[in-house]
Amino acid sequence: MSKQNNLLGWIDARFPLTKMWEEHLSKYYAPKNFNFWYFFGSLALLVLVIQIVTGIFLTMQYKPDAALAFSSVEYIMRDVDWGWLIRYLHSTGASAFFVVVYLHMFRGLMYGSYQKPRELIWLFGMFIFLALMAEAFMGYLLPWGQMSYWGAQVIISLFGAIPVIGDDLTLWIRGDFVIADATLNRFFALHVIAVPLILIMLVVMHILALHEVGSNNPDGVEIKKNKDENGIPLDGIPFHPYYSVKDIVGVVVFLMIFSAVVFFMPEMNGYFLEYANFEPANPFKTPEHIAPVWYFTPFYAILRAVPDKLMGVIGMFAAIIVLFLLPWFDRGKVHSIRYRSTAFKGLLVMFVISFIGLGYLGALPATEGRTWFARLFTLGYFGYFIGLWFISKNEKTKPVPERVTS
Amino acid sequence: MSSEGIDKSRRRFLTAATSVVGGAGVVAVAVPFLSSWNPSARAQSAGAPVEANISKLEPGAQIIVKWQGKPVWVVRRDEKALATLDEITPQLRDPDSNESIQPEYCKNHTRSIKPEYLVVVGICTHLGCSPSFRPEITADWLGGFFCPCHGSKFDFAARVHKGVPAPTNLVIPPHKYVSDDVVLIGEDGVA
Repeated sequence: MSKQNNLLGWIDARFPLTKMWEEHLSKYYAPKNFNFWYFFGSLALLVLVIQIVTGIFLTMQYKPDAALAFSSVEYIMRDVDWGWLIRYLHSTGASAFFVVVYLHMFRGLMYGSYQKPRELIWLFGMFIFLALMAEAFMGYLLPWGQMSYWGAQVIISLFGAIPVIGDDLTLWIRGDFVIADATLNRFFALHVIAVPLILIMLVVMHILALHEVGSNNPDGVEIKKNKDENGIPLDGIPFHPYYSVKDIVGVVVFLMIFSAVVFFMPEMNGYFLEYANFEPANPFKTPEHIAPVWYFTPFYAILRAVPDKLMGVIGMFAAIIVLFLLPWFDRGKVHSIRYRSTAFKGLLVMFVISFIGLGYLGALPATEGRTWFARLFTLGYFGYFIGLWFISKNEKTKPVPERVTS
Repeated sequence: MSSEGIDKSRRRFLTAATSVVGGAGVVAVAVPFLSSWNPSARAQSAGAPVEANISKLEPGAQIIVKWQGKPVWVVRRDEKALATLDEITPQLRDPDSNESIQPEYCKNHTRSIKPEYLVVVGICTHLGCSPSFRPEITADWLGGFFCPCHGSKFDFAARVHKGVPAPTNLVIPPHKYVSDDVVLIGEDGVA
């Protein structure tokens, strides 16, 4: 026995290091037919690490004080060595997080990754999405620009639509009669400590649940049904080294695109960093056009599409809640889009068009015509879930193969 | 360990009782933490009444004062503006301010103590943006306030139009006239 093995043996007797390594990496058998869409889970983890590291370094220079916040961000951008890079990595990382997570979720819709027995993986994932939205929203207040201020004012006012307790609730959230220093200070605490802790816990639960039931795949067949004499799935390959190495390719491509954005277009024409936010917060003057950052626009468009305040807020939250309930809307037994009916494919196309359409409209000022389109897309969005409930019960599917195909 | 001779119902009761007491403790401890989010004493004292001097306010003009951190507008309405208040009534959602917030002494036709002066909190009742003052009267606009965020419209008495997202008229804060030239915002009473 070498010295290293002795050390490892010493550790293993006290901490399940080898056991964990094997369970989650070297002896975690993932289906061999993963395709392009399976890069985004590990990429999401990468972006989480980027956000935590850049975030920690930003807190070393940033001042969570209404009088100092805006200028401290300018200080980071102009006077701190490489401060601009750290901040642009963080701001671009926020958008990249949503790009990666939306694609990751779309993969789940296509291949039925939310279906039995993976409902809990989906639920944990949805809670991650929720925490991520909270994290992004509170982070956006911190630069204390005009859009930070008025965006937060609008979103917190949403809670005011709740009957009876609404007004007291918004007062409690803000800690002042309007968005003020108290709000900024508590959002900072939540953004840098509370929500990241919750996020990391949820990510661990998401992965533990995944490794308990095993990964789905583009064919949607359970690889655990066909095992060799050692109990290893015939269509499975160990995550490490096969997928860990394959994911490096994804990471390299991702970082190329990510760096291009960070270095050449960190503002992304006002979609990643809105121009109104280069002006300090002014509680007396609302910008002419308030739009949330691009990743919230689909939900914002739903809010605006409904002519009633309370119903609009309910509609917006319902758009998130139906996503949580997706495993129960889909009553089908076949997982993958490859073997599902034309009706399913049609619904999914409708959903994607509606989601992108809402996202596009939510970034623009509302006009009469656009509002009607937003209503149409809102119907398309919710129609996916209702349609799925109806078609999935007695769906005409293609025969599903016994083993994975490629 | 043998499980004979164990009084299971007694054990269940003790477990439940301990859980309830522990739960009550958690709730009690949560109170100070949750209360710490309420507006602090300092924030509340910043909500003290403020005075606005209106001696130099021209007819048709608007000034903005800060009360509780919110913009409060004082608008001096001229005859033409006051004349629109009747004409516009059919276009309004709550012309008599029955659903809206204002002190009892301002629940009238002009939503003010003195018809000439409108004192109103400049925060949209929809989602909290600050509307802009649009006093020009044109063929299809009888003057008032317009919220750029979601297109809510209000007349010269800050009453909301029909078919816009804002549910109620803008809020009239408690206020009183200390003298002809000075209005005190944040305190009740008709002087």
